[in-house]
Amino acid sequence: MKKTLFALVGLLLLMLLFACSNESATKDGGEDSGAESANREPFDEFDWKRFDGEEIEVMLNQHPYADAMIERIPEFEEKTGITVNHSLTPEENYFDKLTTSLNAQNGNPDVFMTGAYQVWEYATAEYIQELDSFIEDETRTSPEYDVDDFYEGILGAGRWDGVPGHPVGEGDLYTVPLAYEFNLLHYNKRALESIGLEAPPQTMEEVIEVGAQLEGWNGEGSYGVGTRGTRSWATIHPGYMTSFTNHGAVDFTVEDGSLVPHLNSEESIEITNMFAELVNEAGPSDWSSYTWYQVSNDLAQGKAAMTYDASNWAIFHNVPGEAPEAGNIGVTTPPRTKEGDLGTNMWVWSIAMNKSSEKKDAAWLFMQYFTGKEHMQWGAIEANVVDPVRKSVFESEEYQQRIGDIEGYVETFNELIDESTIKFTPQPEFFNTTTEWAAALQDIVNGADAEERMNQLNDDIEKRVSRIRAE
Amino acid sequence: MATEAYEKQAMKERQLTNKVPWKIKMRPFLILSPAFLLTIGILIPFGMAIYFSLTNYSFKYAEYMFVGLENWIAMFSSPSFWHSVGVTLSYAGLATLIETLLGIGIALLLNRENMLARSLRIVLIFPLVIAPVIATIIWQLMTNNSVGIYSDWLRQLGITNFNWGADPSTALITVLIIDAWVFTPFVTILVLAGLRSLPKAPFESAMIDGGSAWFTFKNLTLPMIMPMLIIAVLFRLMLSLQMFDIIFALTRGGPGDTLMTLPLTAYTEAFTYKELGVSLPFMLILYLFVYFLSHFIVKYWTYTQNKASGK
Repeated sequence: MKKTLFALVGLLLLMLLFACSNESATKDGGEDSGAESANREPFDEFDWKRFDGEEIEVMLNQHPYADAMIERIPEFEEKTGITVNHSLTPEENYFDKLTTSLNAQNGNPDVFMTGAYQVWEYATAEYIQELDSFIEDETRTSPEYDVDDFYEGILGAGRWDGVPGHPVGEGDLYTVPLAYEFNLLHYNKRALESIGLEAPPQTMEEVIEVGAQLEGWNGEGSYGVGTRGTRSWATIHPGYMTSFTNHGAVDFTVEDGSLVPHLNSEESIEITNMFAELVNEAGPSDWSSYTWYQVSNDLAQGKAAMTYDASNWAIFHNVPGEAPEAGNIGVTTPPRTKEGDLGTNMWVWSIAMNKSSEKKDAAWLFMQYFTGKEHMQWGAIEANVVDPVRKSVFESEEYQQRIGDIEGYVETFNELIDESTIKFTPQPEFFNTTTEWAAALQDIVNGADAEERMNQLNDDIEKRVSRIRAE
Repeated sequence: MATEAYEKQAMKERQLTNKVPWKIKMRPFLILSPAFLLTIGILIPFGMAIYFSLTNYSFKYAEYMFVGLENWIAMFSSPSFWHSVGVTLSYAGLATLIETLLGIGIALLLNRENMLARSLRIVLIFPLVIAPVIATIIWQLMTNNSVGIYSDWLRQLGITNFNWGADPSTALITVLIIDAWVFTPFVTILVLAGLRSLPKAPFESAMIDGGSAWFTFKNLTLPMIMPMLIIAVLFRLMLSLQMFDIIFALTRGGPGDTLMTLPLTAYTEAFTYKELGVSLPFMLILYLFVYFLSHFIVKYWTYTQNKASGK
């Protein structure tokens, strides 16, 4: 009895010790960004060599954009004298590792790759450095950087005022874009020709019908339309979210300072039913195991006749010799479900700075170099840093030549550019709510009643966002 | 008088003790220090887990506060928790049962001295050297409906649209098949070691008395290998309750919530939703399951060992 009591008291003391040490740790966290930028060391002029001899840590996601950066790190090191230590993590676990590292608030990594959706978590937690104060400082930013050369909407994806429910594009800039993805319908010309079609299907009904006809078009296991399907937020944001908003549905509205979900609205249930029909009639039978990599690979290998996902595949997979179906892949607008302008939900891969970094100036040099005109141009032509985020790169002769042969690419880009943005309502529970949304979509594809399941999802999400104050 | 003698004796002992060099005196502590460090290494995270389960600690926010039993109450009142408990126990129970039965059967077949048995004993260890995640990726490819060899075989048998891990009705059986492929050799090796250490005399007596194969197995083999078998069951049950890698690599807990076990739910809450405080009660409940089941099995193991040695 005495021993048990002793053990319990010991355990309680141990817990108290942790409580005290952690409480004090949390108090050091917040620092006013205005005061922080005012306290920065003043410089006379911009100099790439100013931080010669420093060492920075960079965390990258395994992706063609990261490969392009890694290839040119030696050139950056030569130009600046800064040593770059980088880590590369597959996307499945990248954000878990990144968030845990940022939460440690020890300044490591100094720079990291991120998407726009992550800003909604990291900005509210004060893990991410605002960048306006660096861009506006002529002694810290190269005169050649030209921030106005970025497409405004794409740069704006990393700008947010930190208030849940408020759209992106206003407030502080937290990320600088590397490249972006629209979500489009890709088609294999050979597949369409095999059933006598000369033009790709345009409406959702047509895509479902044509997709169903194309089952087995290229031998055993080939199928009509590929989309992502895992129990992950990544299933929701490409094709599904694009159709969701094109159909007139919205995820949240702000009412009396609270976020109110509308996932069980009439439009939401209709489009979810259509998407489930698309998967069941024309998708792969093991859809719920499909990630970005599987869908992309199936398009490249001629397993999928069409895919409804990232626009840059049309560029990656049309490089001669890079994929068996190179030269056969064309693109068109997302399947239409209603009259009106079409848009697409956008994903932007960007780089950002850790707010706890102790080498912010050196980190900013790295960010400038790899989002500067010269690297972006090289990346879009010599590597796969596409679709480009700088107007000068998109309009360059070399890039126009690269995309010129891709059927439908330029026309589709021009048709979608005005209505394309981030279609989700920014809020810090994004990953929580969209992962549950993906689980519900899987259930509906597997036969659950859409209305009943979306009602259940809506109630669940209402609870999950209940503590967010949108004011 | 007696007190005086006692004090003298005590003084002598103290003098003797003082003469022992400090290096010798420290020896027990040095010997025990790795165990002490290990215990501290376990107790610290355990204590932290209990503490943080009483806070709203989240990777999304730099600060946190004490919230009492809020996370625990939310967990017990959530239907997804009871679903996770059901999936965890079904998975662990079925995996252990399948692997134990297969392990005994294979061990009995391999417990003979011929070329085939000797070769198979070596080959059988093969799945154990493959990390479960890699085994799952291999199985994922083999069961893929476009390129998978198993799906192709099923199609040739006239079975189309068997969707393995992608269908809620077959997801559990798919992960159980992978689990059994990876871990049955572990049970087999333990049982085989038990079989090969059995004395020959009781079996010879049973043969002379005309005992059937089933009679011999039921009344001699099984009771005598029971201690080994229980160790195998103990390990498999504990590890199946904690199973994460196979399910995560195959379906991430889907389709829907079909395979959301306690470890998967805890992982999703902690690292996808970044809610460490919400996640920890799931892990602590899993700890209680593991603790009580292992306690019960160890007690039963002591009983069977005594029985096998005739005590």
